[in-house]
Amino acid sequence: MSAAVTVTTTWYLLLAAMLFAIGVVGVMVRRNPLVLFMCIELMLNAVNLTFVALARRFGDIGGQSTVFFVMVVAAAEVVVGLGIIVAILRRKPNATTDDLAELKG
Amino acid sequence: MELFVFVVAAGMVLGGAVGVIVRSHPVHAALSLVLTLFGVAVLFVAQEANFLAAVQVIVYAGAIVVLFLFVIMLLGVDKVEDLRIEPFRIQRPAAVAVGAGLLSMIALAIIVSRDAKPPTVTQSDAVQAALDGSHDSNIRAIARDVFSDHVLAFELTSVLLVIAVVATVMLARRPRKGEST
Repeated sequence: MSAAVTVTTTWYLLLAAMLFAIGVVGVMVRRNPLVLFMCIELMLNAVNLTFVALARRFGDIGGQSTVFFVMVVAAAEVVVGLGIIVAILRRKPNATTDDLAELKG
Repeated sequence: MELFVFVVAAGMVLGGAVGVIVRSHPVHAALSLVLTLFGVAVLFVAQEANFLAAVQVIVYAGAIVVLFLFVIMLLGVDKVEDLRIEPFRIQRPAAVAVGAGLLSMIALAIIVSRDAKPPTVTQSDAVQAALDGSHDSNIRAIARDVFSDHVLAFELTSVLLVIAVVATVMLARRPRKGEST
Protein backbone atom coordinates (compact mmCIF):
# COMPACT_ATOMS: atom_id res chain seq x y z
CA MET A 1 0.00 0.00 0.00
CA SER A 2 1.52 3.32 -0.99
CA ALA A 3 2.20 5.72 1.83
CA ALA A 4 1.23 8.64 -0.39
CA VAL A 5 -2.49 8.19 0.30
CA THR A 6 -3.46 9.88 3.55
CA VAL A 7 -6.94 9.95 5.02
CA THR A 8 -7.90 13.61 5.29
CA THR A 9 -10.82 15.26 7.01
CA THR A 10 -12.58 15.50 3.65
CA TRP A 11 -12.90 11.72 3.48
CA TYR A 12 -14.63 11.59 6.84
CA LEU A 13 -16.94 14.44 5.86
CA LEU A 14 -17.88 12.74 2.58
CA LEU A 15 -18.56 9.47 4.41
CA ALA A 16 -20.78 11.33 6.88
CA ALA A 17 -22.64 12.98 3.97
CA MET A 18 -23.30 9.56 2.42
CA LEU A 19 -24.55 8.20 5.75
CA PHE A 20 -26.85 11.20 6.14
CA ALA A 21 -28.24 10.79 2.62
CA ILE A 22 -28.95 7.10 3.23
CA GLY A 23 -30.81 8.06 6.40
CA VAL A 24 -32.88 10.65 4.53
CA VAL A 25 -33.83 8.14 1.83
CA GLY A 26 -34.77 5.62 4.51
CA VAL A 27 -37.08 8.07 6.28
CA MET A 28 -38.85 8.80 3.02
CA VAL A 29 -39.12 5.19 1.81
CA ARG A 30 -39.80 2.98 4.83
CA ARG A 31 -43.27 2.61 6.35
CA ASN A 32 -42.50 0.83 9.61
CA PRO A 33 -42.29 3.48 12.38
CA LEU A 34 -39.54 1.56 14.20
CA VAL A 35 -37.37 1.49 11.09
CA LEU A 36 -38.00 5.22 10.65
CA PHE A 37 -36.49 5.76 14.09
CA MET A 38 -33.45 3.73 13.12
CA CYS A 39 -33.00 5.95 10.06
CA ILE A 40 -33.13 9.03 12.30
CA GLU A 41 -30.36 7.42 14.37
CA LEU A 42 -28.34 7.03 11.17
CA MET A 43 -28.65 10.74 10.48
CA LEU A 44 -27.67 11.64 14.05
CA ASN A 45 -24.58 9.45 13.73
CA ALA A 46 -23.63 11.13 10.47
CA VAL A 47 -23.74 14.50 12.21
CA ASN A 48 -21.70 13.15 15.13
CA LEU A 49 -19.07 11.91 12.71
CA THR A 50 -18.90 15.36 11.14
CA PHE A 51 -18.46 17.00 14.54
CA VAL A 52 -15.63 14.66 15.53
CA ALA A 53 -13.84 15.06 12.18
CA LEU A 54 -13.95 18.85 12.40
CA ALA A 55 -12.99 18.79 16.08
CA ARG A 56 -9.77 17.05 15.12
CA ARG A 57 -9.19 19.30 12.13
CA PHE A 58 -9.53 22.49 14.16
CA GLY A 59 -7.93 21.12 17.30
CA ASP A 60 -11.01 22.11 19.31
CA ILE A 61 -12.36 19.76 21.97
CA GLY A 62 -15.72 21.59 21.88
CA GLY A 63 -16.82 19.46 18.94
CA GLN A 64 -16.45 16.32 21.00
CA SER A 65 -18.39 17.88 23.88
CA THR A 66 -21.19 18.67 21.42
CA VAL A 67 -21.29 15.03 20.31
CA PHE A 68 -21.65 14.06 23.97
CA PHE A 69 -24.72 16.30 24.30
CA VAL A 70 -26.15 15.04 21.01
CA MET A 71 -25.93 11.49 22.34
CA VAL A 72 -27.81 12.43 25.52
CA VAL A 73 -30.57 14.15 23.56
CA ALA A 74 -30.75 11.20 21.15
CA ALA A 75 -31.24 8.80 24.04
CA ALA A 76 -34.08 10.96 25.43
CA GLU A 77 -35.62 11.23 21.96
CA VAL A 78 -35.59 7.46 21.46
CA VAL A 79 -37.22 6.87 24.84
CA VAL A 80 -40.09 9.28 24.16
CA GLY A 81 -40.48 8.17 20.55
CA LEU A 82 -40.63 4.50 21.42
CA GLY A 83 -43.17 5.31 24.15
CA ILE A 84 -45.41 6.93 21.54
CA ILE A 85 -44.91 4.01 19.14
CA VAL A 86 -45.77 1.49 21.84
CA ALA A 87 -48.95 3.44 22.65
CA ILE A 88 -49.97 3.53 18.98
CA LEU A 89 -49.13 -0.09 18.18
CA ARG A 90 -50.99 -1.25 21.26
CA ARG A 91 -54.20 0.33 19.97
CA LYS A 92 -53.58 -0.70 16.40
CA PRO A 93 -51.19 -3.58 15.69
CA ASN A 94 -49.33 -3.45 12.37
CA ALA A 95 -49.80 0.29 12.10
CA THR A 96 -47.65 1.91 9.43
CA THR A 97 -46.69 5.52 9.07
CA ASP A 98 -49.82 6.08 6.99
CA ASP A 99 -51.93 5.19 10.02
CA LEU A 100 -50.20 7.83 12.13
CA ALA A 101 -52.68 10.28 10.60
CA GLU A 102 -54.98 9.15 13.41
CA LEU A 103 -52.87 11.25 15.78
CA LYS A 104 -54.73 14.25 14.41
CA GLY A 105 -57.15 15.64 16.95
CA MET B 1 -2.68 1.67 8.34
CA GLU B 2 -5.05 4.59 8.79
CA LEU B 3 -6.26 4.07 5.23
CA PHE B 4 -6.96 0.40 5.94
CA VAL B 5 -8.91 1.24 9.11
CA PHE B 6 -10.86 3.92 7.29
CA VAL B 7 -11.79 1.66 4.37
CA VAL B 8 -12.91 -1.22 6.60
CA ALA B 9 -14.89 1.05 8.94
CA ALA B 10 -16.47 2.93 6.03
CA GLY B 11 -17.54 -0.40 4.54
CA MET B 12 -19.15 -1.34 7.87
CA VAL B 13 -20.91 2.02 8.14
CA LEU B 14 -22.29 2.11 4.61
CA GLY B 15 -23.13 -1.60 4.49
CA GLY B 16 -25.03 -1.38 7.76
CA ALA B 17 -26.82 1.80 6.69
CA VAL B 18 -27.97 0.25 3.43
CA GLY B 19 -29.01 -2.82 5.41
CA VAL B 20 -31.23 -0.69 7.66
CA ILE B 21 -33.22 0.68 4.75
CA VAL B 22 -33.46 -2.43 2.54
CA ARG B 23 -34.00 -5.28 5.02
CA SER B 24 -37.70 -6.02 5.28
CA HIS B 25 -37.46 -7.66 8.71
CA PRO B 26 -37.27 -5.10 11.57
CA VAL B 27 -34.90 -7.30 13.61
CA HIS B 28 -32.49 -7.54 10.69
CA ALA B 29 -32.67 -3.75 10.29
CA ALA B 30 -31.82 -3.31 13.99
CA LEU B 31 -28.82 -5.65 13.66
CA SER B 32 -27.63 -3.73 10.60
CA LEU B 33 -27.89 -0.61 12.72
CA VAL B 34 -25.50 -2.21 15.24
CA LEU B 35 -22.99 -2.74 12.41
CA THR B 36 -23.20 0.93 11.45
CA LEU B 37 -22.83 2.10 15.05
CA PHE B 38 -19.73 -0.05 15.57
CA GLY B 39 -18.25 1.31 12.36
CA VAL B 40 -18.80 4.86 13.60
CA ALA B 41 -17.16 3.92 16.92
CA VAL B 42 -14.10 2.64 15.01
CA LEU B 43 -13.93 5.92 13.11
CA PHE B 44 -14.11 7.80 16.43
CA VAL B 45 -11.08 5.86 17.69
CA ALA B 46 -9.26 6.59 14.42
CA GLN B 47 -9.78 10.29 15.12
CA GLU B 48 -8.54 10.17 18.72
CA ALA B 49 -12.02 10.54 20.24
CA ASN B 50 -11.56 7.58 22.57
CA PHE B 51 -14.12 8.59 25.17
CA LEU B 52 -16.83 9.12 22.56
CA ALA B 53 -16.07 5.73 21.00
CA ALA B 54 -16.68 4.07 24.37
CA VAL B 55 -19.89 6.04 24.88
CA GLN B 56 -20.98 5.19 21.34
CA VAL B 57 -20.66 1.45 21.98
CA ILE B 58 -22.21 1.54 25.45
CA VAL B 59 -25.10 3.96 24.84
CA TYR B 60 -25.97 3.35 21.19
CA ALA B 61 -25.07 -0.26 20.54
CA GLY B 62 -25.74 -1.25 24.13
CA ALA B 63 -28.79 0.67 25.27
CA ILE B 64 -30.60 2.11 22.27
CA VAL B 65 -30.49 -0.93 19.99
CA VAL B 66 -31.46 -3.20 22.87
CA LEU B 67 -34.41 -0.86 23.47
CA PHE B 68 -35.38 -1.16 19.79
CA LEU B 69 -35.16 -4.96 19.89
CA PHE B 70 -37.09 -5.01 23.16
CA VAL B 71 -39.94 -2.98 21.66
CA ILE B 72 -39.96 -5.13 18.50
CA MET B 73 -40.20 -8.31 20.55
CA LEU B 74 -42.64 -6.88 23.13
CA LEU B 75 -45.13 -5.75 20.51
CA GLY B 76 -44.64 -8.81 18.33
CA VAL B 77 -44.12 -6.69 15.24
CA ASP B 78 -41.19 -8.82 14.12
CA LYS B 79 -42.96 -9.67 10.90
CA VAL B 80 -41.65 -9.21 7.42
CA GLU B 81 -42.84 -5.93 6.00
CA ASP B 82 -44.00 -6.13 2.41
CA LEU B 83 -41.60 -3.77 0.69
CA ARG B 84 -43.52 -3.91 -2.58
CA ILE B 85 -46.26 -1.65 -1.21
CA GLU B 86 -45.64 1.84 -2.39
CA PRO B 87 -48.25 4.33 -1.16
CA PHE B 88 -47.54 6.91 -3.86
CA ARG B 89 -46.42 5.73 -7.23
CA ILE B 90 -43.36 7.95 -7.61
CA GLN B 91 -42.39 7.92 -3.91
CA ARG B 92 -39.25 5.81 -4.22
CA PRO B 93 -37.70 7.45 -7.29
CA ALA B 94 -38.47 10.83 -5.74
CA ALA B 95 -36.87 9.79 -2.42
CA VAL B 96 -33.74 8.52 -4.16
CA ALA B 97 -33.57 11.71 -6.24
CA VAL B 98 -33.86 13.89 -3.13
CA GLY B 99 -31.18 11.82 -1.38
CA ALA B 100 -28.81 12.02 -4.34
CA GLY B 101 -29.38 15.74 -4.70
CA LEU B 102 -28.74 16.31 -1.00
CA LEU B 103 -25.58 14.19 -1.14
CA SER B 104 -24.23 15.99 -4.17
CA MET B 105 -24.91 19.41 -2.65
CA ILE B 106 -23.18 18.54 0.64
CA ALA B 107 -20.29 16.86 -1.19
CA LEU B 108 -19.86 19.91 -3.41
CA ALA B 109 -19.74 22.17 -0.37
CA ILE B 110 -17.19 19.89 1.32
CA ILE B 111 -14.93 19.67 -1.73
CA VAL B 112 -15.09 23.39 -2.51
CA SER B 113 -14.17 24.33 1.06
CA ARG B 114 -11.55 21.63 1.68
CA ASP B 115 -8.64 24.07 1.61
CA ALA B 116 -10.33 26.67 3.78
CA LYS B 117 -8.24 27.90 6.67
CA PRO B 118 -9.42 26.72 10.09
CA PRO B 119 -10.64 29.53 12.33
CA THR B 120 -8.47 30.41 15.27
CA VAL B 121 -9.78 28.49 18.23
CA THR B 122 -9.66 29.93 21.71
CA GLN B 123 -9.91 27.30 24.40
CA SER B 124 -9.66 27.86 28.10
CA ASP B 125 -6.26 27.24 29.64
CA ALA B 126 -7.50 24.30 31.67
CA VAL B 127 -8.64 22.46 28.54
CA GLN B 128 -5.42 23.29 26.76
CA ALA B 129 -3.39 22.03 29.72
CA ALA B 130 -5.33 18.77 29.76
CA LEU B 131 -4.39 18.09 26.12
CA ASP B 132 -0.82 17.19 26.99
CA GLY B 133 -0.71 14.06 24.87
CA SER B 134 -0.76 11.47 27.63
CA HIS B 135 -2.89 8.36 27.19
CA ASP B 136 -5.97 9.78 28.97
CA SER B 137 -5.70 13.33 27.71
CA ASN B 138 -8.83 13.02 25.56
CA ILE B 139 -11.14 12.13 28.43
CA ARG B 140 -9.57 14.75 30.69
CA ALA B 141 -9.96 17.47 28.07
CA ILE B 142 -13.65 16.59 27.54
CA ALA B 143 -14.23 16.60 31.30
CA ARG B 144 -12.59 20.02 31.63
CA ASP B 145 -14.67 21.36 28.75
CA VAL B 146 -18.02 19.92 29.82
CA PHE B 147 -17.71 20.67 33.53
CA SER B 148 -16.26 24.15 33.22
CA ASP B 149 -17.41 25.85 30.02
CA HIS B 150 -20.65 23.94 29.47
CA VAL B 151 -21.76 23.12 32.98
CA LEU B 152 -25.15 24.83 32.54
CA ALA B 153 -25.88 22.78 29.41
CA PHE B 154 -24.84 19.67 31.33
CA GLU B 155 -27.31 20.43 34.11
CA LEU B 156 -30.04 21.11 31.54
CA THR B 157 -29.49 17.64 30.02
CA SER B 158 -30.25 16.13 33.41
CA VAL B 159 -33.52 18.08 33.46
CA LEU B 160 -34.23 16.83 29.95
CA LEU B 161 -33.67 13.22 30.98
CA VAL B 162 -36.04 13.57 33.96
CA ILE B 163 -38.69 15.07 31.69
CA ALA B 164 -38.22 12.22 29.19
CA VAL B 165 -38.60 9.57 31.88
CA VAL B 166 -41.77 11.17 33.30
CA ALA B 167 -43.22 11.61 29.80
CA THR B 168 -42.58 7.97 28.94
CA VAL B 169 -44.25 6.77 32.12
CA MET B 170 -47.27 8.92 31.29
CA LEU B 171 -47.40 7.58 27.74
CA ALA B 172 -46.97 3.93 28.59
CA ARG B 173 -49.34 3.59 31.52
CA ARG B 174 -52.80 2.22 30.98
CA PRO B 175 -55.56 4.67 31.97
CA ARG B 176 -57.65 3.54 34.90
CA LYS B 177 -61.34 2.88 34.48
CA GLY B 178 -63.48 5.99 34.26
CA GLU B 179 -60.48 8.16 33.54
CA SER B 180 -60.24 10.04 30.31
CA THR B 181 -57.16 9.80 28.02
